[in-house]
Amino acid sequence: MLEVKNLTVNYGAICALRGISLEVKQGDIVTLIGANGAGKTTTLRAISGLLRAQGGEVLYEGRNIANLPAHKIVELGLSHVPEGRMIFANLTVLENLMMGAYLQKDRRVIEQELEYVFGTFPRLKERQKQVAGTLSGGEQQMLAIGRALMSKPKFLMLDEPSLGIAPLLVKTIFEKIVEINRQQGISILLVEQNANLALEISRYGYVLETGRIILQDQSSALRQNPQVKSAYLGGV
Amino acid sequence: MTEFFQQLINGLSVGSMYALIAIGYTLVYGVLRFINFAHSDVFMVGAFMGMYIGRTSSKSSIGGGLMVMAGAMVICALLGILIERFAYRPLRSRSKLTVLITAIGVSLFLENAGQLIFGPNPQPFPNIFPSHTFQYDQVVLSSKDLVVLVVAIVLMGGLQFLVLKTKIGTAMRAAAFNPQAASLMGININNVISFTFGLGSALAAAGGILWAYKFPKIDPLMGVMPGLTAFVAAVLGGIGNIPGAALGGLVIGIIETFVKGSRWSTWSEAIAFVLLILILLFRPAGLLGTLQPEKV
Ligand SMILES: Nc1ncnc2c1ncn2[C@@H]1O[C@H](COP(=O)(O)OP(=O)(O)O)[C@@H](O)[C@H]1O
Ligand SMILES: [Mg+2]
Repeated sequence: MLEVKNLTVNYGAICALRGISLEVKQGDIVTLIGANGAGKTTTLRAISGLLRAQGGEVLYEGRNIANLPAHKIVELGLSHVPEGRMIFANLTVLENLMMGAYLQKDRRVIEQELEYVFGTFPRLKERQKQVAGTLSGGEQQMLAIGRALMSKPKFLMLDEPSLGIAPLLVKTIFEKIVEINRQQGISILLVEQNANLALEISRYGYVLETGRIILQDQSSALRQNPQVKSAYLGGV
Repeated sequence: MTEFFQQLINGLSVGSMYALIAIGYTLVYGVLRFINFAHSDVFMVGAFMGMYIGRTSSKSSIGGGLMVMAGAMVICALLGILIERFAYRPLRSRSKLTVLITAIGVSLFLENAGQLIFGPNPQPFPNIFPSHTFQYDQVVLSSKDLVVLVVAIVLMGGLQFLVLKTKIGTAMRAAAFNPQAASLMGININNVISFTFGLGSALAAAGGILWAYKFPKIDPLMGVMPGLTAFVAAVLGGIGNIPGAALGGLVIGIIETFVKGSRWSTWSEAIAFVLLILILLFRPAGLLGTLQPEKV
């Protein structure tokens, strides 16, 4: 479904990605883990068109989408829940969700998606009239995911959905991510610093270190890997 | 008391025109975080377009006047879109200062082009709406003030509806808050920016025509003072805040009118600047604004 080949991204003179390659198959959950500053966010931003790539290819359903503008990439069914959530704090919850469905012309489809999102995150339904900036961190994350789902994506990228959220809500959100994958068949690329959780729900994982993929394997194998254990799983 | 009401009506009428112009500054600031100094010249072009279109008919009627306005608004919307497309967009990734200086350049260009094309001398503006005066006790309400007020209120109401209730309006607010997140929704930011310039410029044109209709002598530099005053109104209301710009325009219009009618009348042109200094000193976020940290 998605194949990244030799992706290189620079910020001016700083090289953030030094030619990384990864693959996400149809219906899969793949995770990309790594320490702060490894280049995880940069990877997702380059895929979704928020950043220009200096080299390499991003093949989505066989087509190279590298350097298409972001709004064209969403159109292809690839949705990105960015780091820090980036909800529209000045809009209501419902308006945020409607912006997620910006490209959808068919009102019935929008209604269906809205119903699905409200079913998945009932909290959002209760708060639909509320200004999004007043939501708690966890609710904002639900909104960010819900908003991404409103575009009816085939492929979903999540950047640190656990960041700054109460542990209990993190658990709920990860359960929902699995549910979205199972029920809707949406392929998922999950970026996390919380490697434990990410490796638990994913099938395959990549380990990123200063702009390079240093390890890749089945997630179950990565969890047993001594190098991963000591560096990312707190030595458990 | 009569004197007071008379002045209040004048103030509201002038203020509502400031409000229309101020909204354009604030709309553009909202999505691009810079002051479009060429805005006041789009106001001037609007007045001239109104004059040329208005001259084609010798009779004045409400419908005719509205047609004149609509025509000038469409022309100025296109002008605003072109200015953004060719002067500002190529500099999108440059520093704000570069864009600001370019905006001043565009403003000077339009003023000089105006003197070349329209001529430097003041010209009479046709009476595009029928005139009539209404009198209650001693208070005289001319149809001019009535037209100005009604048209300005309808336009601002329409704008408020557009911004708060429609899809493109919601997209404008989303893009103003976070352009990257908006583009992740599939919103083409460039289209939103073009739309915003078109909208702001159309309102400036409406303001220009109303201004010319109330003060019917127009020249290519007519936009300078109202433009500066409206800019202060936008800052007073809280730059980026639409109801704030409307409120700021009304407040400044009323203050200015009352000062003009008092023994400090020679100071009336300085009012806007005194206010600007006071706002920056005591309430930089403006009346309705909340100061946000500068986005990078
Ligand atoms: N806007 C930027 N400008 C310059 N350098 C950046 C920028 N964003 C990220 N970087 C650098 O790129 C590297 C990767 O960052 P990032 O992708 O955010 O890492 P992660 O998401 O894994 O924490 C880091 O060294 C970071 O300092
Ligand atoms: Mg990151």
